[in-house]
Amino acid sequence: MAAAHLPTTEFDQTDLDGSLEAAAEMAQGEPEAPMVQLLDAEGRRREDPTFGPYATDLDGEALKAFYRDMASVRRFDQEATALQRQGELALWVQLTGQEAAQIGSGRATAPQDYIFPTYREHGVALTRGVDMSELLKLFRGVANGGWDPTATNFHLYTLVLAAQVPHAVGYAMGIQRDQKMDAALAPAATVAYFGDGASSEGDVHESMVFAASYKAPVVFFCQNNHWAISVPFEVQSRIPLSNRAQGYGFPGIRVDGNDVIAVHAVTKWALERARAGEGPVLIEAFTYRLGAHTTADDPTKYRHSAEEDAWRAKDPLLRLEKYLRSEGLADDAFFAEVAEEGKQLAAYVRKATLEMANPDIRSAFANVYAQAHPLVEEETAWFEKYEAGFTDAEGENA
Amino acid sequence: MSTLTLSKAINSGLRRAMDDDPKVVLLGEDIGKLGGVFRVTDGLQKDFGAHRVIDTPLAEAGIIGTAVGLAYRGYRPVCEIQFDGFIYPGFDQIVSQVAKLHYRTRGAVKMPITIRVPFGGGIGAVEHHSESPEAYFAHTAGLRVISCSNPQDAHLMIRQAIACDDPVLFFEPKRRYWTKADVDESLALDSFPMGSARIAAAGTDATLVAYGPLVQTALDAATAAADEGISLEVIDLRSLSPIDFDTVEASVRRTGRLVVTHEAQQSFGIGAEIAASITERCFYHLEAAPERVTGFDVPYPPAKLEEHYLPDLDRILDAVDRVMGRPNSLSGQGL
Ligand SMILES: Cc1ncc(C[n+]2csc(CCOP(=O)(O)OP(=O)(O)O)c2C)c(N)n1
Ligand SMILES: [Mg+2]
Repeated sequence: MAAAHLPTTEFDQTDLDGSLEAAAEMAQGEPEAPMVQLLDAEGRRREDPTFGPYATDLDGEALKAFYRDMASVRRFDQEATALQRQGELALWVQLTGQEAAQIGSGRATAPQDYIFPTYREHGVALTRGVDMSELLKLFRGVANGGWDPTATNFHLYTLVLAAQVPHAVGYAMGIQRDQKMDAALAPAATVAYFGDGASSEGDVHESMVFAASYKAPVVFFCQNNHWAISVPFEVQSRIPLSNRAQGYGFPGIRVDGNDVIAVHAVTKWALERARAGEGPVLIEAFTYRLGAHTTADDPTKYRHSAEEDAWRAKDPLLRLEKYLRSEGLADDAFFAEVAEEGKQLAAYVRKATLEMANPDIRSAFANVYAQAHPLVEEETAWFEKYEAGFTDAEGENA
Repeated sequence: MSTLTLSKAINSGLRRAMDDDPKVVLLGEDIGKLGGVFRVTDGLQKDFGAHRVIDTPLAEAGIIGTAVGLAYRGYRPVCEIQFDGFIYPGFDQIVSQVAKLHYRTRGAVKMPITIRVPFGGGIGAVEHHSESPEAYFAHTAGLRVISCSNPQDAHLMIRQAIACDDPVLFFEPKRRYWTKADVDESLALDSFPMGSARIAAAGTDATLVAYGPLVQTALDAATAAADEGISLEVIDLRSLSPIDFDTVEASVRRTGRLVVTHEAQQSFGIGAEIAASITERCFYHLEAAPERVTGFDVPYPPAKLEEHYLPDLDRILDAVDRVMGRPNSLSGQGL
């Protein structure tokens, strides 16, 4: 039995006490597996025989549009963070550092595809045309969702990790059945987003088994941002996550998640394949959570700032800017225009957030069931009476 | 005696249990280096090592399932579930395995597992972070379920839970984590039996039963009621399975009136169990039908609505008025 077939890792689990420390130190960002890259950290184009062809139709305008999206959503993220600091949001989940993974993949989807995000996919939401202010409703505590998922085929955020992954597979199974009944239907696929941490949940395993069995048109898109709150990636997997796909019987690709061109190309490839009935793909976008896990988190407790600095040098926006400038595709005027657009988005989101009305408690009783339910009706009536009791009392006192 | 927050009191209880018994191991998400999202396990990995305070992969079924294996091997695992709403991926392991192995092996294998769960609302959190799932577990034979309300009890009860040979669900009132009080860490472990309730305030007119986060609310209600000349006896249940019905019954026999409050939804809940059992035990001592003051039977609403959802002083006092036959919101006489 050739030892070469076994995964090797510096993460030594036999040293129970030293292992976590070692694991954390390993998250320095050097991929130990082949990784698709079409634009390196210096902003130079790279060749790739398989995925290069999926990027040839990207002209200057397309690349500038990617940049615009990434800059907009970063600005949006900053505004939401500021709103949280000012007490307007209970919590915010930052995406900074993951713009390329989200914009690149989101822009590869077609309107008829259906997206199942986790909770950090603000960039994907932007590409789907979700009203960005609606993303904040959940975090302001005025809604448990915030938008109509059926309007943009972008499902609500799911906070229970990995729970949405089987949903994406089931939806994809529905697409397969619809296509059987109506051959003229536009081919479609689903995308399930989840994190490196969530990849450990049993739901992900079961999803992959189902998807493989039925060749479901689903793309599993894992953003490996190296951390699950304070737990380093190596605790979740000793091998690149993309390698797991082989065990289920479908392709797994690790892509440079900070390279928007490569992410777009790989996702486009995977979606085309899925829509054509060739089954699922697992994409592992190798990226980094530059900010805290959420505004409630303090990463200095568990990771070194040197690691953050190393990743800052691989910033997805910077490298595309370098490329656009060096190729003469964009100038200062373009970047000024993008900054202005970002400002406008931020101003819009701020205004919309401050204007968000607090819901009425009666709304909490609505939609619990699709059909009339006596218990809910009884409690609603009780509440009305109870509230009225106060009004009466106040009236008496007045 | 030291002044501790409730979270620090649990921390010191865990530390003591780990000092006393090398077989106590902690498992959970972010409990090591970070010390848990509520810092309940702060410093424990540093002091006891990563083999005893284990930062697990992100998988609740894995946490509980491996705890079963560790218990099988003679360990006393203490699992942390990061938030109430994230216990469900581990639910199958808890109700089908943890709860039943002692029974199925006819006592040959013990499951001395403690499952710590920060629970309840009132902190303005996003969804799945404010739930009260205790009744699911109290409904399951083979599990003990307890909930602390103050630092002193928290310290002793976490140690009692770990020392118990049965699996214990330990519900921590997250909105009270920062409550401070004097804690005597030298008190004997059996200062009170693990399943026993506590009279938190003595009174004569009505019995108000609470646990976990609402004990403080109930005490506040008793103070407010006293201003109106009503004397409430507040009982802190501490244990939800088993329930110390003797203590509740003795109180109700004296007061003749019962109000139970919890954050969890009303239907099929702890309040229903208490109302039914007390009615069976001392029907002829009741001057009024028992009242329940609980969350509504809807999913936990968005944070901006939780003040309406959660039982508060007004709702508790209104129920007290009802059992006392005083004007109340539903009597049509105004308040
Ligand atoms: C089932 C479940 N368990 C625990 C949590 C608490 N929690 C929220 S985010 C998080 C880490 C997630 O890490 P990862 O999947 O890598 O996603 P990332 O936050 O890095 O985007 C944890 C443990 C949860 N939301 N759901
Ligand atoms: Mg992650």
